[in-house]
Amino acid sequence: MLADTVLAVMWLGLMCYALFAGADFGAGLWDLVAGGSRRGRPQRALIEHAIGPVWEANHVWLIFVVVMLWSGFPGVFAAVMSTLYLPLTLAALGIIARGAAFAFRKASTQLWQQRLFGACFATSSVVTPFFLGTVAGGVASGRVPPGLAAGSTVTSWLNPASFLGGVLAVVTCAHLAAVYLCADAARGGGPDLVRAFQRRALVSGLAAGAVALVGIAVLHADAPRLFHGLTHRALPLVVLSAVTGVAGLVLLMRSLWGWARTAAALAVALIVWAWGLAQYPLMLVPDLTVARAAAPPSVLAAVLIVFAVGALLLIPSLGWLYALFQRPGTGAAAGAEDTR
Amino acid sequence: MPAVDQHPWPQAAAAVRDWLAGPATSGDLAAARAQMGFSLAWHIVVACLGVGLPLLTLIAEWWGVRTGDPSYRLLARRWARAMGVLFAVGAVSGTILSFEMGLLWPGLMGRYGQVIGVPFAIEGIAFFIEAIFLGIYLYAWDRLPPRVHMLTALPIIIAGVASAFFVVCANAWMNQPRGFTVRHGRVVDVDPLAAMFNPASPPQTVHMILAALMVASFLTASVYAVSLLRGRNDRYHRAGFFIPFVLGAVVSPVQLVVGDWIARFVADFQPVKLAAMEGVFTTSSHVPLTVGGIAGDHGLKGGLEIPNGLSLLVGFSPSTVVEGLNQVPPAQRPPITGTHLAFDLMVLGGLFLIGLGVWLLLAWWRTRRRGESDPLARRGTRLFLWLASFSGPAAVVSLECGWVVTEEGRQPWVVQGVLSVRDAVNPAPGLMTGLWLVLVVYAAMTVATVYVLRRLAGERPVPVAPQEADVTGYPVV
Repeated sequence: MLADTVLAVMWLGLMCYALFAGADFGAGLWDLVAGGSRRGRPQRALIEHAIGPVWEANHVWLIFVVVMLWSGFPGVFAAVMSTLYLPLTLAALGIIARGAAFAFRKASTQLWQQRLFGACFATSSVVTPFFLGTVAGGVASGRVPPGLAAGSTVTSWLNPASFLGGVLAVVTCAHLAAVYLCADAARGGGPDLVRAFQRRALVSGLAAGAVALVGIAVLHADAPRLFHGLTHRALPLVVLSAVTGVAGLVLLMRSLWGWARTAAALAVALIVWAWGLAQYPLMLVPDLTVARAAAPPSVLAAVLIVFAVGALLLIPSLGWLYALFQRPGTGAAAGAEDTR
Repeated sequence: MPAVDQHPWPQAAAAVRDWLAGPATSGDLAAARAQMGFSLAWHIVVACLGVGLPLLTLIAEWWGVRTGDPSYRLLARRWARAMGVLFAVGAVSGTILSFEMGLLWPGLMGRYGQVIGVPFAIEGIAFFIEAIFLGIYLYAWDRLPPRVHMLTALPIIIAGVASAFFVVCANAWMNQPRGFTVRHGRVVDVDPLAAMFNPASPPQTVHMILAALMVASFLTASVYAVSLLRGRNDRYHRAGFFIPFVLGAVVSPVQLVVGDWIARFVADFQPVKLAAMEGVFTTSSHVPLTVGGIAGDHGLKGGLEIPNGLSLLVGFSPSTVVEGLNQVPPAQRPPITGTHLAFDLMVLGGLFLIGLGVWLLLAWWRTRRRGESDPLARRGTRLFLWLASFSGPAAVVSLECGWVVTEEGRQPWVVQGVLSVRDAVNPAPGLMTGLWLVLVVYAAMTVATVYVLRRLAGERPVPVAPQEADVTGYPVV
């Protein structure tokens, strides 16, 4: 019971990482394809403005998941990290390049620097979710056995299911970002910008749907166990995700940005939970269950207490952060200070 | 290496694997240690700035709001911009470390991740709070009234210190493992609180937090010492020098006392580490304190010896017995020369910083006595500023050396007496490739960080929201 709770909390963190940091990654992808430095300027400015204050907080969800995994399920952490260390190293390098370059670009004023750091930020925003997706694919398709580096260091992530995971992660991030950015553009970007992101959101949404359809065939052939879980126990979640995904596209076409945002986020969240439900109670194939992989109850309880107390501090703080930057800044406060 | 895979890719897989690396070798252990050491050494400096710089920035902002002096407000904004960049690189280099714990040391994490999970979980929460309020502090400069804005710096400072505390608790556990039992090869009876608050936690955390304040203070001060030396002797640069330097000068002597505390602790709890630090080969009384020197077969060679010095330091009496390296078999002894020289260099750096603080105190006292107003107008100021411009690098060298002492002095153990590095390392092949990749990326990141920080220092006007180059409506200067 304790172990299941810790797993659920960790999965909640994974969902938050997908929904928040995923959108930041996707924004990087749109930054990459925004066009030349003159044509792409308004889009890049909007992206920078939207993710600047929040990306670091969003990024922490990853650390949260990693720490929950090693505290709650140390054997699983060791097995995943040691077997999949190649894609994880590449993802880690992508994380470095992305975060650092984003901060550097904000701090630089010359065009060539902004281009260099911008390209670095945008490219790594695509590379990182791809490799994280291959990791998810490797675990979900049962290629990470328990033990230190017990799986193949190569085929554990160079395989159809991992490739599907990588592509799906990139496309989903792109879709989330575009949908979120529609609302941001509507608030202060002008009609051209809104239309641009509306088009992108629709295209990426359709692409995500197409990848998911192809994915059904891939999983059927490559990961029968996961396929069985997704088409049986987790089927309601999968269907609901598809429905909300389609509904999101309809809402997008009707320019209902807030609702489209909710629908897109829901579709992604449902897929994350569908994966969890399809695999439960198995953490690692062939036979490592949640109960067997879990740390002793003393540790699980302590971790949960830390999380509960942390949530009391974090939820209002996060709420304030998002609220503060979801409304237009007036500059009045600082102006008052300066004229004194 | 057992390949568990049912799919028809073995040939391609083997080709890729051969291209990346052969089977795991002992060179891979060295590579893993080098990679961990390198990325930690990098992160630790940025993390120290992350602990200290928010405090300095808040002091400057508070003083600026109180006095209305634009110099201080300009300083606060400059430091806030630097903080934004440093926090970003600190956040990502810290994430890499959490990855590397598993990528490089799955043998440690797979068994003991649960034991030290709680301090890391709390650190994660603290880091989260830091990131949230940093976002608010950096970006809401023009969205919040000045007083509220200053209050948003407090959670950053508190969470920064808390992060340092809990992370160092986890490191302290590696020196003094507590809170678990190994029964039939399994880790049982885990008590996360006992693990977190192990005997090494108090001295190590205090030592580290003070070190972080020193590094942030002196690094910032040395930047402005250089400006003052170049003749930019105005309010702005003087404030930029004095705020951090005074903080650093106040902390340094306290650090001396804490340093003594932690050395005594090591003598009691990790005698082999102390023996390596001080180069004590055989257990005896009347042990001299040896400064410098290189390990020979039976003792340190070429060092300066102070008779009975170490016995006096450890037990206040020449007849105090100090345990030597001969307490453990040769295979369990840490590298002596490196640990000893790092320890001496750390102490030397600390004494240099204390000396600088005393110098400024004397200069200030003399100017007061003569009714003058400016301690920097005295003779010898140039020499003082010249030395002070090295205070930042000296603090960093001391920091790195202190960390080398902690980690090298524990070798060959990753968890003292419980788990060796050899048993902790990832058995997968190709760690050497990872090391080269990481080295290249960190080198690029270092160059870019230094370059961007230098550019930020010269930029005018400073935008009102420090991270928003496009908000130029409310410049200070």
